[in-house]
Amino acid sequence: MSENHLPIGSTNLDIFSKTLMELAEQDRDVLVVTSDSRGSGKLTPFGEKFPGQIVEIGIAEQNLVGVSAGLASYGKKVFAVSPASFLTARALEQIKNDVAYSNRPVKVIGISAGVSYGSLGSTHHSLHDFSVLQAINNIDIVAPADNFETVQAIRAAVHHPRPIYIRFGKKPMPDLHAPGTHFEIGKAIQLTPQSNHYDVAFIASGETVFRAYLASQALAEKGITCCVLSLHSIRPFDEDAVLHAAVNSKVVVTVEEHCVNGGLGSRVASFLMQAGVFRPLRIVGIPDEHTVTGSQVEIFQHYSISQQGLSQTALHLLEKESVS
Amino acid sequence: MNSSPLESIPVGREKIRLLESKSILHRRALLKMIYTARAGHTGGSLSCVDILNVLYNHVMNITPENFSELNRDHYIHSKGHSVEALYAVLADKGFFPFEALDSVETYGSYFIGHPTRRVPGIEQNTGALGHGLSFAVGMALAAKMNGRNDRIFTIMGDGELAEGSIWEASASAANYRLDNLVAIVDRNTLQISGRTENVMAMEPLDEKFSAFGFAVREVDGNSISDLIGVFENLPFEEGKPNLILARTIKGKGISFIEDQVQWHHHVPTDAEFDTAMLELDEAEKALGD
Ligand SMILES: Cc1ncc(C[n+]2csc(CCOP(=O)(O)OP(=O)(O)O)c2C)c(N)n1
Ligand SMILES: [Mg+2]
Repeated sequence: MSENHLPIGSTNLDIFSKTLMELAEQDRDVLVVTSDSRGSGKLTPFGEKFPGQIVEIGIAEQNLVGVSAGLASYGKKVFAVSPASFLTARALEQIKNDVAYSNRPVKVIGISAGVSYGSLGSTHHSLHDFSVLQAINNIDIVAPADNFETVQAIRAAVHHPRPIYIRFGKKPMPDLHAPGTHFEIGKAIQLTPQSNHYDVAFIASGETVFRAYLASQALAEKGITCCVLSLHSIRPFDEDAVLHAAVNSKVVVTVEEHCVNGGLGSRVASFLMQAGVFRPLRIVGIPDEHTVTGSQVEIFQHYSISQQGLSQTALHLLEKESVS
Repeated sequence: MNSSPLESIPVGREKIRLLESKSILHRRALLKMIYTARAGHTGGSLSCVDILNVLYNHVMNITPENFSELNRDHYIHSKGHSVEALYAVLADKGFFPFEALDSVETYGSYFIGHPTRRVPGIEQNTGALGHGLSFAVGMALAAKMNGRNDRIFTIMGDGELAEGSIWEASASAANYRLDNLVAIVDRNTLQISGRTENVMAMEPLDEKFSAFGFAVREVDGNSISDLIGVFENLPFEEGKPNLILARTIKGKGISFIEDQVQWHHHVPTDAEFDTAMLELDEAEKALGD
């Protein structure tokens, strides 16, 4: 498989639960709230080690978020952990009113995000979360690309002054970052060397980033230069980084594990248009259709969210660009 | 296969034996499905399959022939993760060939890991828990509006009962006096994280549902004869929605799967699958002639 070019790390899910154990050890106010999701969240060891710092709600996601907001009002550092699909659909009103609007800094953790659940189908996919949460004021949105970004995002979340939503999947992720890389919520990380002349800008988030990175390497062999941005924060949106990438590139390809409507790509496109930067642009994601049945990888391949698919998308865009 | 004369057989030892033998067939099919797909919800499918068998082969007026009509009984699979049990019973009923189930959860298949209306015989997309009862209330209400007494059946998980929407739906079922609504709880006492009573205590369930206005009956949900008996008395009380607390064993029918929390979505290994099939062969023999 194409992942072989990069060193494979753990799953972001495992890294999340490990990091949470460290945080809970240091701070007794760190709480985890679950909805029959402790197994899926790899939090069984957490529950055994810190029985006083885990609150089980049962299969009741609305209650999960409401209770979390109440706990947060007492200064508890609350991680509300449940599948991204149920958290951001069923409990959306609790996120909107009890968390975001009332400014209770709950850390809403969407596990098995995007199409991680594969052939379990649409009830279990979260292809709407970037979109709905972007339309709600006062909640930051983060999709870490690898283990490093996950650790950093979880650590940063503890003292984050605002509500925050962090989502990730359950497949092992390759390590993308050199040691010592700076991470800050709201600041994109560029994976390729800085330059003022790229052919292609890949702007990606979450578990699609390494696929964009591999595509950039394949394109480099053809003499095509790329800028690859890990835009882990959909909000705060890093305007400077996106502007730099787009202005210095001929074409822009955005990539996300999300519906093509209302997600990262839409955000990038509307920002660039309004900034007066016009580049041929493709939004790669899950199209607005009944999602094909398959594993996460099969779904990605079906919709060209793969090294090959992304390389081809970029090449087509470049060809069109050179013709016009 | 589908034109079984089961409906015409009077209730008695012979009929019970025929249905028991069907349950074994369904268990074989659903285990094979999960084993082939390398995915599925084993425990919850095995616990509710006897109820589905009795519903489809004895109680409900639903056939491949009348499925496109509105005026008939209806079934909503609220605990959608136990889709393999439903697929097995629908295949046996003739909605699609058993071979179609070789494609469960594969690339491009319509047979995904939860019920969807793309599959013949399935009435509503489910999989997010706590939706089925509200939908069933809507159907039961519409049937009443049309002056019909079509009955609407749904099976919910016991862990699922923690969803607040279940209780919103319950209030509305009683408010509209929906005695054509039959809500069944697969009371297997387990969910993903452990015993339901330890995850979120909900007992006394009978009193809770009674207080919400249901006529409540309890039954051994893995006993064909008990199930036949309880459905005979529908509606339990005029003007009240019906609630059946079906005491079941999660993983029922396979010794090493029964009542084991990890078998919620565990997939049998080669050896486990072979043993399971042998146990079902034994069970078939024990039915006698
Ligand atoms: C809204 C929602 N939240 C969480 C889940 C994930 N989930 C699937 S099955 C399950 C446990 C169900 O337990 P129970 O209702 O007791 O079913 P059974 O024991 O019959 O399998 C959970 C939490 C879901 N499908 N839908
Ligand atoms: Mg249960």
